[in-house]
Amino acid sequence: MNDVLATTLTFVALGAALWALVLVIAGQPVRPDRWHGLGALAVVALLELGLLAQAVAGIVAMVTTERELDGLSFVGYLVGPVLIVPLAAFWGLVERTRWGPGVLVIGCLTVPVMILRLGQVWNAHG
Amino acid sequence: MADVAARTRSGPGRLLIAVYAVFALAATARSAVQLGTRFGDAPLAYLLSAFAAVVYVLATVCLARGDRTSRTVATVSIVVELVGVLAVGTFSLVDPAAFPDATVWSDYGRGYGFVPAVLPLLGLWWLRVSGRSLERSAGSR
Repeated sequence: MNDVLATTLTFVALGAALWALVLVIAGQPVRPDRWHGLGALAVVALLELGLLAQAVAGIVAMVTTERELDGLSFVGYLVGPVLIVPLAAFWGLVERTRWGPGVLVIGCLTVPVMILRLGQVWNAHG
Repeated sequence: MADVAARTRSGPGRLLIAVYAVFALAATARSAVQLGTRFGDAPLAYLLSAFAAVVYVLATVCLARGDRTSRTVATVSIVVELVGVLAVGTFSLVDPAAFPDATVWSDYGRGYGFVPAVLPLLGLWWLRVSGRSLERSAGSR
């Protein structure tokens, strides 16, 4: 498991959540036609790319590792955030009020939790 | 009438549904792993996890659909959720031995930042508020 990538993704996710939270407080929907909305979506897209890379790297690590691993949970925590982030972006974009970025906050905050659990599963039998 | 569903799933409702969806997904995945791999370890806890998962999925789907019937089903399932988190929370503190492994509702959802205890209150509040504003807009017409 790539610790550097996991830590980086945790901070990117928290950054995206913070950005979206500012939009909530400012009462702005996620607007792709404005710099603040586009910026939020760009960070979310970056996060999604990183999560995809983590999923691929994680599955490779799982197949090649010698250690005993709860494979089902491990794959769940790898693939889960890859699905949740775009769903949250979609569900948030549909809402044209301040509650739209609120959905992004929730979606992004699930990422650090799942990365934490991913690490715990990886280290459980280490 | 046509905008009952739209009203239920917009504004704060959309955020609420997002949180419910996260819990539906988390509880379903967790209980699937528990039931599939080590059911014998803690049957009561794992069956309760599965039950909680069903309640969350039902509440999520019904809130997202948002028509009159769905709102009724959502209300019932959220009340069940509230009773569940209070009952399991109390029971898990009184008799920890019955719960060798945690459920979503153990210790009033402490493992999930107590969100499981607050979520049903927010859900019922939102069903009330969105229902009331519906009546108001119907009355003003």
